[in-house]
Amino acid sequence: MQLRSKHLIGIEPLTRDEIQLILDTADSFKEVSTREIKKVPTLRGKTIVTLFYEASTRTRTSFELAAKRLSADTVSISTTASSVQKGETLIDTVRNIESMAADCFIVRHSCSGAPLLLTRACRASIVNAGDGSHEHPTQALLDAMTIRERKGQIEGLRVAIIGDIRHSRVARSNIHLLTKMGAEVRVAGPGTLLPTGIGKLGATVTTDADEAITGADVVMMLRIQQERMDRSFFPSLREFAKLYGLNRERMKRASPDAIVMHPGPINRGVEIDHDLADFERSVILDQTANGVAVRMAVLYLISQAAAGAAGGAGTPTGGAH
Amino acid sequence: MKLLIKNGRVVDPSQDLDDTRDVLIVEGKIAKIDASIPEAGAQVLQAVGRVIAPGFIDMHVHLREPGYEDKETIRTGCAAAAAGGFTSICCMPNTNPVNDSRAVTEYILARAREEGAVNVYAIGAITRGSQGDLLSEIGDLRAGGCVAISDDGKPVSNALIMRRALEYAGMWKMPVIDHCEDLNLAENGVMHEGYYSTVLGLKGIPGMSEDVMVQRNILIASATGQHVHIAHLSTAGAIAAVREAKRRGVHITCEVAPHHFALTDKDVSSYDTSTKMKPPLRSEEDRQALLAALKDGTVDCIATDHAPHTYDEKNVEYDYAPFGIVGLETAVSLSLDRLVHSGLISMTRLVGLLSTNPARILGLKGKGSLRIGSDADVTLLNPQRKITVDADRFRSKGRNTPFNGWKLKGAPAATIVAGKIVWQE
Repeated sequence: MQLRSKHLIGIEPLTRDEIQLILDTADSFKEVSTREIKKVPTLRGKTIVTLFYEASTRTRTSFELAAKRLSADTVSISTTASSVQKGETLIDTVRNIESMAADCFIVRHSCSGAPLLLTRACRASIVNAGDGSHEHPTQALLDAMTIRERKGQIEGLRVAIIGDIRHSRVARSNIHLLTKMGAEVRVAGPGTLLPTGIGKLGATVTTDADEAITGADVVMMLRIQQERMDRSFFPSLREFAKLYGLNRERMKRASPDAIVMHPGPINRGVEIDHDLADFERSVILDQTANGVAVRMAVLYLISQAAAGAAGGAGTPTGGAH
Repeated sequence: MKLLIKNGRVVDPSQDLDDTRDVLIVEGKIAKIDASIPEAGAQVLQAVGRVIAPGFIDMHVHLREPGYEDKETIRTGCAAAAAGGFTSICCMPNTNPVNDSRAVTEYILARAREEGAVNVYAIGAITRGSQGDLLSEIGDLRAGGCVAISDDGKPVSNALIMRRALEYAGMWKMPVIDHCEDLNLAENGVMHEGYYSTVLGLKGIPGMSEDVMVQRNILIASATGQHVHIAHLSTAGAIAAVREAKRRGVHITCEVAPHHFALTDKDVSSYDTSTKMKPPLRSEEDRQALLAALKDGTVDCIATDHAPHTYDEKNVEYDYAPFGIVGLETAVSLSLDRLVHSGLISMTRLVGLLSTNPARILGLKGKGSLRIGSDADVTLLNPQRKITVDADRFRSKGRNTPFNGWKLKGAPAATIVAGKIVWQE
């Protein structure tokens, strides 16, 4: 089996089987990062470009490591060091780099839909590394991988997603993925940060964090951004932390073996209480570690889909050909 | 100079006429309408199977000249109007410089006389530079030829300025046309706020941002007794408010754009920037309310909000693309296909929406009617003709349409301005 598309724009268009395939492939890639020589030749000769129009540490590092561990050549472009500053359009930038024989672009952009725009403008594969408030598919996949590791399966789990749902691409991708895989998803946040129609995506919606957390197997906290406060989405970080922050007391409402997740970077003392980020059932560092394996799987499967016929990109984790 | 249009179905709501007739035009005026008129010395235009209507008037067009000639010029905009079946168009003042003075108005009208295939009427700015603070010289704009005032694209946010504009323009019975949008509520949104904006992660423009301003304008129009015209009305809430205000006798009129009755926010799903305009494509519920209001008479006219932009300007991220789509060359086919052939409204009602009513709202003398002595502006329709929209063949410089490739039934057949055929299928 392989993916139907050579692009990964979001979780929404993926089938349950495709998600399963990516997660299974990621499981098998995880071992590569434990080897003494952390490298397989799977994408040798391929050129992968990370194009980040928004600041990022972990996602970018994670994609770069994933590409390098698959032996691809990687190039990194950031807005501050490119012709974007000179007024070149996104499409022109990508077409110019593509003409130097790039096979895949990993794109992060503050505008929703920017990666999809690129699929219409160039021939290379496009992987969405987060676009506006739309989707962040590899984050949802690494979250799913982490949940599967800890809980065995996703189906039937109760997952609470808490915080700024309105502006969160992580929330959207996770809702798509978790509902497709049969989990019960609850989202909670202040009324100002719950977007219109979010319930139609299949999640139950509440403004009460305690209600969402009660009985949950997974508690996923979202990053809150200070600038939202300046636009009156909520009055203060203090009040936000009081109403929606995760602390040991609130965590008692969750199922006894519930895990705590956060896509990072964490505002300690805001979304998560100081001691809870390092709590024994916090899996935040596992998420980051799994990010590399998930992105290796995505890059491999995308390359296979681009090659067309099965077997075109060889076996995923095998030795040198 | 005589033109005889023979054996067409004359549809003219201004004289309650819907029957097969010949129409004789002499010296640019309607000279005679009869069951059979002898050809004696006239150029003959056969119109069997065609509808003969008073010339269509689009009261909401952006011609872009002066200042943005890369998007459109008076010449290309008028050519697009002619090809779209319009004999008269009204151009909005958001040019560069803004049409807030008699000099700009006279420049536009002079250019239109030189280069325009159709009649051009100017709409002047309500406030200087459309900045929303100080009234333009509205009396002078009127003297220069403006038929209405509007800060289109920029809502009149200050209620006091709106009151003053209505009271002042009312001296000449000029309608004040408002783009109704509370900019605080709209908050830099790029599409309708609803389920699809949530899924796509695009910032929403809530329906209430329009409703609030329509309600405010109704209150001010009611208190002052003056005429306010709502541009491109798009929500169920605004329609309900206008319907209720009209019942109370408030002097309020409104227009609806074809894209708002043909598309919804669901059509934004591929982030195609040709679905980005203001007001945005609304929900299916809103669209249904517009259709009901087109049928029951609450809506006075269909206007395109023709807003050409260059390919490069639109070929960018959705957030960065300018608002607006072209409409002159698709409006008549969309209206025939979606409103008349669907059985929603009659041909008479359609002609009212596209000709009689805009002429009445703007007080255009000699327009919107085929009565003897009227200006010989005539739109011929071929209701049965099947077309495929092809943006590459537009006369407009703008190609930014969401309707490219659409198959539609019904199209303009000929456009006659002052007795001259300016476009023919």
